[in-house]
Amino acid sequence: MKSHETRTAFKDSGRIVIVGASLAGLRAAEALRAEGFTGHLTLIGDEPYLPYDRPPLSKAVLTGWIAVEHTQLPRFETLADVEWRLGVAATGLDLEAKQVRLADGQIVEFDRLLIAAGTRARPWPNQAEAELEGVFTLRGRDDAKQLQQRLTAKPRRVLVIGGGFTGSEVASAARELGLPVTLVERGTAPLVGALGGVIAERVATLQREAGVDLCCQVTVTSLEGDVHGQLRRAHLSDGSTIDTEVAVVALGAIRNTEWLRDSGLAAGTFGVGCDAGCRAFDINAIVTDDVFVAGDIARFPHPLYNYQFMSLEHWGNAVEQARVAAHNMVCAPAARCPHVAVPTFWSSQFGINIKSVGVPSAAEEVVITQGELAEASFVAAYGKEGQLVAAVTFNHAKWVEFYQHLIEQAAPFPPTLPEALHPMPNPPVPTAFPDPRQPTHESTVVLTGHDPSARRVQWIPRHRET
Amino acid sequence: MSQDTTILRQIYDYANRANPYPLWAKLRETPVCFQEDGPDEAGTYVVSTYREIVALLHDPRISSDLRKSVQTGGRPQDSTAPYRFISLDPPEHDRLRRLAMRHFGPPERPEYLEQLRPEIVRIVTTLLDQLQGKRQFDLIDSFAYPLPVMVICRILGVPLSDEPQFHVWATALIESLASQTEEQRQQRDQARGDLKRYMTDLVERHRKHPGDSLLSRMATDTGPEGRMEEPSLVETAGLLLVAGHETTVNLIGNGMLTLLRYPAILERLRNRPDLMSATVEEVLRYEPPVQFLTQRTTLDEIALAGTTIPKGVLVTLALAAGNRDPERFADPDRFDPERRDNEHLGFGSGIHICFGAPLARMEAQIAFTELLLRLSQPRLVVDPPPYRPSPILRGPEHLLIAVEGVHES
Repeated sequence: MKSHETRTAFKDSGRIVIVGASLAGLRAAEALRAEGFTGHLTLIGDEPYLPYDRPPLSKAVLTGWIAVEHTQLPRFETLADVEWRLGVAATGLDLEAKQVRLADGQIVEFDRLLIAAGTRARPWPNQAEAELEGVFTLRGRDDAKQLQQRLTAKPRRVLVIGGGFTGSEVASAARELGLPVTLVERGTAPLVGALGGVIAERVATLQREAGVDLCCQVTVTSLEGDVHGQLRRAHLSDGSTIDTEVAVVALGAIRNTEWLRDSGLAAGTFGVGCDAGCRAFDINAIVTDDVFVAGDIARFPHPLYNYQFMSLEHWGNAVEQARVAAHNMVCAPAARCPHVAVPTFWSSQFGINIKSVGVPSAAEEVVITQGELAEASFVAAYGKEGQLVAAVTFNHAKWVEFYQHLIEQAAPFPPTLPEALHPMPNPPVPTAFPDPRQPTHESTVVLTGHDPSARRVQWIPRHRET
Repeated sequence: MSQDTTILRQIYDYANRANPYPLWAKLRETPVCFQEDGPDEAGTYVVSTYREIVALLHDPRISSDLRKSVQTGGRPQDSTAPYRFISLDPPEHDRLRRLAMRHFGPPERPEYLEQLRPEIVRIVTTLLDQLQGKRQFDLIDSFAYPLPVMVICRILGVPLSDEPQFHVWATALIESLASQTEEQRQQRDQARGDLKRYMTDLVERHRKHPGDSLLSRMATDTGPEGRMEEPSLVETAGLLLVAGHETTVNLIGNGMLTLLRYPAILERLRNRPDLMSATVEEVLRYEPPVQFLTQRTTLDEIALAGTTIPKGVLVTLALAAGNRDPERFADPDRFDPERRDNEHLGFGSGIHICFGAPLARMEAQIAFTELLLRLSQPRLVVDPPPYRPSPILRGPEHLLIAVEGVHES
């Protein structure tokens, strides 16, 4: 009875602090209020802006279609009685005293804490070169606005360093603006780390057809500026040089965990470790009670992928995980939900809508199940040891739900689809990911239930075929 | 537990037109079950629960092309079906829909519908002006039918003066969806032939003297995928014409009927224009103009909800039943425009999701807003109203409304 009273008291008038005022922080705050939390709610964000949406920053904002000020996230709840502390970073966490330290010296006390501090763009490794005029990274509104203005001034060339999703989208926006673009990617093709070599090859063709000067299996070794501090030239690992005054460094993201270094939490380069209920682990890998994690900064185990820890930089994950964390922060222990949603992501580039479900990089084989690879309009199913682990769709987004359901059911790979669907049935081929993994598993795990609150994990013993 | 296999027959029975929902509830007891008759003498598998319907709407093993059905003996819905994207599968479906969408919405024409807004408001205003001085009128004849017809004719480039003609054809086509008699099939084929001849002539006129209408643009298209070829162009034009008004008439009719049955909600809505778009969505859930989809078949066996649907049979997706599924919607039989999470099946889902949905939404929102503003103390004269014959495209034939007056605009 006492614990129930404590929990009710907390739900009524406790203090929750959320570090991170972007997508995950906002959705968590909304979910907390929707769950009936009426206590004190504080959101701390290092940017001076109310939560805004990042995906448009590498697409419609760069092409000038949307003003960067119009990316503010819509609200599902009117967040009354929320203390917004924007424009100030969290610099430390005292777990015992239950306090967050801010950059301006202030202390914020909490009963429960949600860490949703996200990531920042990895800067160019050479600081002097990174500070050259014309060198950009892209993570926030201010970056996007500056880059957009620079692109509008019609530079002679745009160099994109890194062919991941951000780099590819920036290249796409620049081509849409009619600018010459060179994209330098260390792997065999753009998006090879996310989609594997087979599908990435199709992306390479797409980009070349759109006029991108695509340079793969090569890196930029240095950026050279003039006496005025303006970028002039990039040097490549194959000895060549590229003359350019604009370079967008798209080398991935770094998790904002430095401020947690001495906190006693399991925080590091891969994020803050937490359980499937979003409760943070401490440095001894013991789960804490009052610290939760959600979004890009979380590193969590996924039952569908053998409980491998995952850190995802997906928009959908931020939304889903924030909701689960918020629910678990205020509910009774018996009512906690696991964050077991199948990962999904999307990208919009070169006129193609890429939408994916599952974890393609967990796969060893890939097969086209619908559409045509040659048309850049298809569904590619990814499998590992006879089980479907992901599906990537190009302009086939309305079929994603079907494959998501199959993945949740540990369906076999290749998926059994009628020949009528595909004019030329083709066999699965190796995915050609840059770094293969080899977990073994004795049994598969299936998600049951439809509502997030009803999702549970059910063991299905694998029957080995003799 | 074995399910009664005659429930669908009762849905088709005109006697149940005013309230089919208890029958849908009975069907939901077995999410996937065989039902006699319906769209075909050999019966159909009916799917009536929300999640199962959504699953099948996204399942590549479900085909919209009845030439792939064993049950129909490889016959299409009718001779012209293979040219309309509604009765085709990918890749041909995708191609034709893309060619039509180029002139109607994003990505090529994202601003198009919004530019039509003032014209729709003008049409609504004029129709209501014509009711001034009346104390009683039929909402369908005087408003709910003319509005969508005028709008779709304007969009497509069909002369409004030709409306009486294609009204006859459209009626015959709609009624034939739910019919099996030979006489009705002949009437349908006759109507199709007439519509086709009319459209062929009209498309040719647009080609010779192109304007800015959808037909002109489709007939003279020079886009990256080329021009929609005949006979698809004529058939697509016919599809958009019929679909573009038949269903919207019922959305407006069903909506006003429901609001008049719930005067407290109507009153609240008068003061809360911000609730109008949610209200239209709730009408689409509560009294969907398209009650069920009958033109689907399976390309393979599908195991679903404890049943296996055999390969090649007809499948009926009961959208109206799914919209009232208590497993998905809390208190489903309550009309509540402020309900949360209202992802209804009123426009379907998946690749065949309603092409005209953005237009229908805009028309309905404008229509209800103006009706609520200008009708003084509206009340139903006849409840339930007489219904149109079709159980599939369901709505009142006449909706008699009494008012104290019609305000100036």
